[in-house]
Amino acid sequence: MSVINLSLPHCIMLKKLRIAAATIFFVGITLLFLDFTGTLHAWLGWMTHVQFIPALLAGHVVIVAILAIITLIAGRLYCSIICPLGVMQDCFGALGRRRHKNRYSYSRPLSWLRWSMLALMTISMIVGVGAVVALLEPYSTFGRIATNLLQPVWMWGNNLLARWAESVDSYTFYSVDVWVKSGLSIALSAITLAVIGVLAWRNCRTWCNTVCPVGTLLGFLSRFSLLRPVIDTDKCINCGKCARNCKASCIDAKNHSIDYSRCVTCFDCIGECHTGAISYRRPTKKAASSTDEVVQGRRSFMTVAAVAAGAGLVEAKLKVDGGLAVIQDKKIPERKNCIVPPGAVSLRHLDRHCTACQLCVAACPNGVLRPSTSLERLLKPEASYERGYCRPECTRCGDVCPAGAIKHITREEKTSISVGRAVVVRENCIPLVNGHSCGNCERHCPSGAIIMVPSVPGDENSVKIPTVNESRCIGCGACENLCPARPVSAIYVEGRDKHTTV
Amino acid sequence: MNTPNHNTGRRRFLKGLGLGSLTLAATAAGCRRAVDSVAGSSTSAKDVPTDGMTMRTNPSTGDRVSLLGYGMMRLPQIPDSEELDQEEINRLVDYALAHGVNYFDTAPVYCRGNSESATGIALSRHPRDSYYVATKLSNFSPSSWSREEGIKIFENSLQYLRTDYVDYLLMHAVGGGGIDNLNKRFIDNGLLDYLKEQRREGRIRNLGFSFHGDVEVYDHLLAMHDRGEAHWDFVQIQHNYVDWHSKEGNARRSEYLLGELTKRNIPAVIMEPLLGGALASLPDHLTASLKERRPDDSVASWAFRFAGTDPGILTVLSGMTCMDHLQDNITTYSPLTPCDDSEMELLDRTATLLAEYPTVPCTGCQYCMPCPYGLDIPSIFAHYNKCVNEGNVTVDPDDNDYRRARKAFLVGYDRKVPRLRQASHCIGCNECTSHCPQNIKIPHEMRRIDRYVEQLKQS
Repeated sequence: MSVINLSLPHCIMLKKLRIAAATIFFVGITLLFLDFTGTLHAWLGWMTHVQFIPALLAGHVVIVAILAIITLIAGRLYCSIICPLGVMQDCFGALGRRRHKNRYSYSRPLSWLRWSMLALMTISMIVGVGAVVALLEPYSTFGRIATNLLQPVWMWGNNLLARWAESVDSYTFYSVDVWVKSGLSIALSAITLAVIGVLAWRNCRTWCNTVCPVGTLLGFLSRFSLLRPVIDTDKCINCGKCARNCKASCIDAKNHSIDYSRCVTCFDCIGECHTGAISYRRPTKKAASSTDEVVQGRRSFMTVAAVAAGAGLVEAKLKVDGGLAVIQDKKIPERKNCIVPPGAVSLRHLDRHCTACQLCVAACPNGVLRPSTSLERLLKPEASYERGYCRPECTRCGDVCPAGAIKHITREEKTSISVGRAVVVRENCIPLVNGHSCGNCERHCPSGAIIMVPSVPGDENSVKIPTVNESRCIGCGACENLCPARPVSAIYVEGRDKHTTV
Repeated sequence: MNTPNHNTGRRRFLKGLGLGSLTLAATAAGCRRAVDSVAGSSTSAKDVPTDGMTMRTNPSTGDRVSLLGYGMMRLPQIPDSEELDQEEINRLVDYALAHGVNYFDTAPVYCRGNSESATGIALSRHPRDSYYVATKLSNFSPSSWSREEGIKIFENSLQYLRTDYVDYLLMHAVGGGGIDNLNKRFIDNGLLDYLKEQRREGRIRNLGFSFHGDVEVYDHLLAMHDRGEAHWDFVQIQHNYVDWHSKEGNARRSEYLLGELTKRNIPAVIMEPLLGGALASLPDHLTASLKERRPDDSVASWAFRFAGTDPGILTVLSGMTCMDHLQDNITTYSPLTPCDDSEMELLDRTATLLAEYPTVPCTGCQYCMPCPYGLDIPSIFAHYNKCVNEGNVTVDPDDNDYRRARKAFLVGYDRKVPRLRQASHCIGCNECTSHCPQNIKIPHEMRRIDRYVEQLKQS
C-alpha cells in the first residue's frame, strides 16, 4: 500500500478549495431561499437535492450513497461544504475568531448526547413526529432562517429597486408583497438563529457535534475514512496551535490524537501548523489513534429542541390605499381539513417526507403557502387563499421540493388533481345579501366546477347563486379568493386528506 | 335610473371625484416624467407667447374669451395626500392669466368638492374683471332636486368663488336620465325660472347647460330656446376628432351637436377635446403620421387645433394638472392655426384607425367611482389603454415581442392598480354604468380585460 501524503502547500490549497466550494454552496442555497421569481431554481435547484435528509426522505438512494462514500473516502466534507447550516456556523465562528485568535480548545465528545439525538431523530422519522424532524434537520433549520428572516429583507430591497425601476419606466424589477406568513415560524427561526449563532460565535461547530443527527451519522462513517488529517509526532513540537484553531474542538494536541467523528475536514489545522506536522493522508498505523474515551462533558450546552412557543412578531403594517372604497382583509375560514398543494399526494405523504425547510413557502408566488402553526404539522406548508390562489400555470412548489414531499407535477397533471372541494356559505353570498348579480366564482373557476342556479328553485328570474360540482372541483381556491364577500368569503375550500384525480 | 340608488349616488359621486388619489397621483407622476423627457425637445424649447392667444367673442355679452379655457376638474394634489396643492394651483392660474387664458371652469362636485374654493382662492388674487368664471348646478341626487337645495348650491358656489356673480352658469350634465330627469332637476321645481331671474339681476351673466347622454334632451332644450321659453347664452358639449363623426348616434356625434348650435348662433364651450388625455398619446404609427405633417407639434396640439377650428366655438376646456400641459396648450392657441381641409381629413382618418384599436374610451373623469367593490376603474382602463397604445397588448404568443409585452402589461398592471382593485374583482353589479358619461359598458370591458390578463398569466 502506498501512502498518500500531501505536502504542505497542497494542504493549504485544500483549505482554499474547501472555502471556495462552501461559498458556492452557501450562496447558492441562500439565493434559492431568497429568490421569489423562480428563475434560479433551474440553475441551482440541484444544491437542495443533494442535502442528506431530504435526499433520504425523497428516496434518492444514489445521492445518499454518494454522500456516504464521499464521507468514507474524505471525511465530513458534507458538513464543511454542502450543509448550509454548517457553513453558516463557520461564518459566525470566523466573526468570533476575529476578536479572539486561537480561542478554541479540545473538548471531550458528548457521545451520549449525540447518539440520543440521532436516536430521537430516527424514531421521529419512523413514527412521524414531524416537529422533531423539522427542528433537528440542519438544512431545513437553515432554510427556515433564510425564508423567515432573510427573505423579507431581500424582498424589501427588491421593492426599493422596483420603485426605482418604475421611476425610469423599466419592468426589470416588480414589487412583491412582504407579509407575515407565520409569526410562530419567524419566532422559532429567530430563536434557532440566536442559539446556533451564539454557540458558533464561541465554539463554532458545537451544534454539529452535539445536536445535529446528520453530523453524528456522518461522524460515525468518517471515523473510518480513507483520508484524514494526521499528526506526525516526529514533527510536532506540541505548540497546541492546531487544537486552539480547531472549530470542531476535536484535536487533542497533548496526545497527538484527533477525534475523527467530530472532524469536519476543514483543513484549518493543517494551515495553522508551522512545522508541517499535520497532513491530509491515509493514516499509518503509527499515527492513527482516535479518541473514543467516554468522559463527562466539560461544557454545558443548550437544548434548543425545547420549543419556545413565543408570541408572534408584530405584524408589518400593510400599505393602505387612500381614496377608494375600503376593502376589508379576508379572514381565513375555519377549515376542518387543511389544504396542501397539488403534488403532495396526501397529508400523510407530505408530513412523512417534509422537513419543513420552507423552500416551497419561499417560492410560492401567489401568497398561498405558509408554515402551519398546528402542533402536529408544525412549520410544514399549508395553503390558504386570502392573498391569492393556486394558479393553474404554477407548479413551483413541486419543482423546488428536495424531499419529494411535494412531487414534481406538470401543468396538465395539475388540472386533474383535486386538493380540496369548494363549499358555499349562502348567508355570505352577495346575490342573497344585497341582490347584486355576481357569479365571480363561476367566471374564474378553471375547471368549470361551479354552476349558477336560481336561488329560488324553479324561479328562473330569481338571483343566481353558485353551487359546486364536487366531481370537478380541484380546490384551487380561485372562487374563494375572488369572492367579493368580505371578510369571510361566501365560498371556501375544504382540504382533502388524500388528493384525488378528477 | 331608479330612485333608491340615487340617495347614495351623489355622495359616492362626490367622494369619487376627488378621491381617486391613486389615479391623480399617477397623473402627477406622469407630468413630472413628461417634463423631464421633453426638456430638450422642440415642444418645450419654444418660447411660450404671452400675447398671442386667440380670443373669441361671445355674441350675447360681447365677452372676449380666450380660446383656451382652464378646466378645474383635474387640479394638482399634494403628493401622497388627497389635499389639493393650492400653491401649485395659484402658480398655474397666475401663469394662465399672464398668458392670456381668462376662462376658468369649475363645479361644486369637482375634486371631492374642493375645486370651487381652490379656484376662488386662486382667482380672487386677481382683479375680478380680468377673468371669467364658470360653475355649474350639480344637483344630481334626488335629495337636492328641490328649488331650495338648488338655490343653496348656487349661493355656496358664489361664496366659494369669492364673488358676487358668476360669468357662466351651467345646468350640470343634463341628458343623463332623459327628459324626466331634466324636469325633476330644473323645470318642475322652478329652478330654471330662478336661474333666469338671477341672470336678469346680473348674478349670472350667461346661462347655459352642459350635455351628456340622451340626445332627446339636447333637442328638447334647443327647442325651448327656439320657442323662446329659455335663452341659452352658451352650451357646453363634448367635441373632438373621434366624436366628430361618431357612429354611436347623434348624442355623441359632435358634428351634429355643434351644427345645431351654429344654426342658432349659440356659442359652444368644448369639453373633452382630448378625450381625457386619450388623444394626447396615440399608437405609434398614428403618432408618426401626425408628426410627419407637423414634426414640432405635440400630439395633443392636434386635438386642440381641431377643437378650436370652428369659429362658433367660444372656448376649449382643458383640465391641466401641470405646467407642461398648460404651456403646450397656450403655445397651440397663441395663435390658433386652424386645421385646413387636408388636416381635417387626416384627423378623420386617424379617428377611424383609432376605432380599430381595442382601447376603452374612458376619460378618467372618475364619475363611476368609488366602485362599491373597491375596483379602481379609471386606473384599470388607463393602464389597458396605455398598453394598447404602446403596442404591449398582443395576443400571439409566437410573436417575438410577446415576452416583453407580457411583462410590461402584467408588471405595469400591478404597479398601477393594487391587486385587490383589479378587473378580476368586478362582479358585474352595474352600479357604475349609469354614471359613465361616455356610456362605457364598464363590467363588460372589465371582463374583456380580465380575460386578457388571464390569458397572459397562463401563457
